[in-house]
Formats: sequence, C-alpha cells, structure tokens
Amino acid sequence: MKLDPAIRDQVLATVPSLRAFAISLCGNIDRADDLVQETLLRALAHIDSFQPGTNMPAWLFTILRNLFRSEYRKRRREVEDADGRYADTLKSNPEQTGRVEFEEFRAALSRLPSDQREALILVGASGFSYEDAANICGCAVGTIKSRVNRARTRLADLLAIDSVDDFGPDRATRAVLAGGRN
Amino acid sequence: MKSRKTANIEPAAAEPAEADKPEAQDGMGRTLTPRKTEVRLGREIQVRIGQQLRAMYDDVVNQGVPDHITDLVRRLSEQDDGAQ
Repeated sequence: MKLDPAIRDQVLATVPSLRAFAISLCGNIDRADDLVQETLLRALAHIDSFQPGTNMPAWLFTILRNLFRSEYRKRRREVEDADGRYADTLKSNPEQTGRVEFEEFRAALSRLPSDQREALILVGASGFSYEDAANICGCAVGTIKSRVNRARTRLADLLAIDSVDDFGPDRATRAVLAGGRN
Repeated sequence: MKSRKTANIEPAAAEPAEADKPEAQDGMGRTLTPRKTEVRLGREIQVRIGQQLRAMYDDVVNQGVPDHITDLVRRLSEQDDGAQ
C-alpha cells in the first residue's frame, strides 16, 4: 500500500533534525547519513506501527537511536575518531560564536559520556521534553534529568577552565579579593 | 611574647579568635570569593552552552534534507508492496 503523503511529509520534515542527532551520535557525516538512511528504511517498512497523531520525531529518533546502539556501537573504535570529518559538515561556519570557542565547545562535548551527551542533545538542542527524551532512550525521566544536569555541570567545568585562562580580569579580580582579605 | 600579652589587653580577648582567624580567613577568603565568581561564571557558561549546542545542531538542521534522502523516501512511499 502507498504511504499517506501526510505521513511521508512528516517523515521528511523530521530528517534535518534526525541528521543532526545522528551526527551528534556518530560524529561523522557519512556514517550519520547511512544511519539516517537505515532508520528511514526501517521506519517506512514498519510504518504501520506508527500511530498517526503521535510524535513522529520521537518515533524516528527512537528507531535511529536503537539502530545506532545495536550496530554502530560495535564499531566504537572507528566511531571515536570523529574529529576531522565533523568540521566538513559545518558548511555555514558559525562565525558569530567564534571558531576557536566553537572548537573548544565541540572538544568539551566530545569528552562527555555518550549517555550524557545524548540526553543533553535531545533536551537542549532537539527540543524534546524530558518525557520524550526518556522514551527515546528507554529510561526513566529522572535518569534523563540527572544525565542532562551532569552533562551541563561537566561542560561548565571543562569550559570554565578555559574561561579563567582566557579572561585575565577574572583572575586579577580573584587575586585582589583574596589579597584584600589579608 | 610576654610583653605583648601585657601590652595588649584588649587584643588578648581577641587572641583566641585571632588564633583561629588565619585559618578561618584563608578558608573563607579562598572558598567564598571563588564561589561567587564561579556562580556568575557558571551562569554565563550555561547560557553559552545552550547557545553553542543549538548553533552546532542548527547548523546541520539548516542543511535541510539531502537529495538522496528525499528521493529514497519518495521512492519508498510510492512502492505498492516493496516496503513490506
């Protein structure tokens, strides 16, 4: 049977976000596109199990995540060498935030445990609710919340070290305040 | 040492406190001040984390749907039974 065009459009509308999520998991645009393609093949083959009116993005994200976990995890060592290719995906260089700062951020993000990074992306970038993110990851809402919190804290720690080094005044202010006490 | 004790009667009362102070001060001075800085720094960084996270993500989102994906979805959605 043919696919309802409305459903098809919902699928297509989710693809850009699905790719962004896939890249955040794989760290590599080619693998991410393979993963997205596999996800769509699987989703369309089982489109009957999607209930119209429910959350299409959450459904597709769940399929993609499960595929990634089951297949791509086995190739972890390859997946880890994400760095070089990722830059290629950034066609519009985000100048507004600064290239160096952006690279620092990416480096910090890559140092997070994958479950924390995933939770942070789903909630902080994809815009899913904690409940949806929990469903996608197959865990409790509280688990997602704590992963997101830990991810933010860890990122802040990693980035704060750079900030203190970067901004001389902060260091000077500390020294003055510390000195003023004595 | 002893001359101090006799000379400073008022400080003598403060002496026990003073004996504690050097340590307490260090403890206070070095933990309290950085804490304030860290809280402020922490907020700035949380805002920045949010912005950069979305900037990174949206950079990919804004690339839209690659042609081969559009073709794939259209092809599959037109199939009569191939998808099963």
